[in-house]
Amino acid sequence: MRQNLAVEIGTGLFVLLGIGALFFLTTQTTGRNDFSNTDTYTVEARFENVGSLKTRAPVAMSGVTIGRVTGIEFDGASLEAVVTLVIDSRFDQIPDDSDASILTAGLLGSQYIGLQAGGSEIYLEEGSEILFTQSAIVLENLIGKFLVNSGSDEE
Amino acid sequence: MTRLLREVFSPALEFVRNFGAMALFLVQLLRYTPSTIFRRFGLIVGQVYNAGALSIVIIMVCGLFVGGVLGLQAFANLERFNAEEATGILAAFALVKEIGPVITALLFAGRAGTALASEIGLMKATDQLSAMEVMAVNPMQRVLVPRFLGGIISVPLLTAVFTMVGLLGAHLVAVELLGVDVGAFWQQLQQAMDVEDVYEGIIKSVVFGIVASLLAVWEGYSAVPTAEGVGRATTRTVVATAIAVLILDFMITAYLI
Repeated sequence: MRQNLAVEIGTGLFVLLGIGALFFLTTQTTGRNDFSNTDTYTVEARFENVGSLKTRAPVAMSGVTIGRVTGIEFDGASLEAVVTLVIDSRFDQIPDDSDASILTAGLLGSQYIGLQAGGSEIYLEEGSEILFTQSAIVLENLIGKFLVNSGSDEE
Repeated sequence: MTRLLREVFSPALEFVRNFGAMALFLVQLLRYTPSTIFRRFGLIVGQVYNAGALSIVIIMVCGLFVGGVLGLQAFANLERFNAEEATGILAAFALVKEIGPVITALLFAGRAGTALASEIGLMKATDQLSAMEVMAVNPMQRVLVPRFLGGIISVPLLTAVFTMVGLLGAHLVAVELLGVDVGAFWQQLQQAMDVEDVYEGIIKSVVFGIVASLLAVWEGYSAVPTAEGVGRATTRTVVATAIAVLILDFMITAYLI
């Protein structure tokens, strides 16, 4: 009976350690700030070109992450990309004429959406749309333009 | 002529026969699984202790050093691109998705799988399994299924511990020894990893747990009942588990990536 008790305690400790490790892996090593368990509101923004923006990309204002991209779809009627953003409800005083642009973190970093505050007295709320947007800068287009320009200079 | 053909094809035939017998054995194991869980729960706990709790030390020591060496290698090579902060990302991805599940399964085969196979093989060689049947005790419920389930429960838990300790090892080497910034190490790691990446590791560890336990129990059960046969069964457990785990690892990765 004694020995049995030791076995059971040992097994219990082992299982608890294992579950603790699983918990550690799923919570501590993965991206936090996914805003899945805080109050949020959803807004839309239309872009001509989203570049390589991915869902779960951060939405930042003044460099601080305040939300995430939750959906990127193509609107067949207006031929634009519709990006759905989820923003933390704590930040409910963002002017509705704010400007959304797709930026790149660092030279080779991933893309994110940066919001630039406008001056309106009306704030963004659930379901509203950001009207002023700036598309992603596609490096190939930029290089193409640069080549065309430098070619015309020589004439 | 027919003799020649038979000699050429008999190893292949033997392989196929073995595979079929193992599949039938798995069906038998699964058939007795529910009744074992309800009636013989204590035996399963005992096997989790044998296969899992007693393996924890080797798993933690190996995890610490594997994580440490990953940190060292990642740092040494990323330093060339001035990207030492990404050491955490590299070590974490390698540990969570590949090295954690695979090395844990291999260690489990070496530490617990061999013990299972030789134990069951010896029981068979000394007619203990037949004696149980004579006493109307089902050896499936009494011996085989608890060991099989004990392994299945243990491997994913051991994998999680291995990965966690490995990350700790990488942290110790990269942050404490080589001076990577602690905030950059963990923040970059958290930003790069998704829950899906952790799930991939968990899926692998569950599959490897089933395969490693099945192979250990099967090799013991199908051992030739002699001293030599038990020894060979032990060897075959490690070889078969290593091959199966590495092939499956490739297949699961190809499927999930």
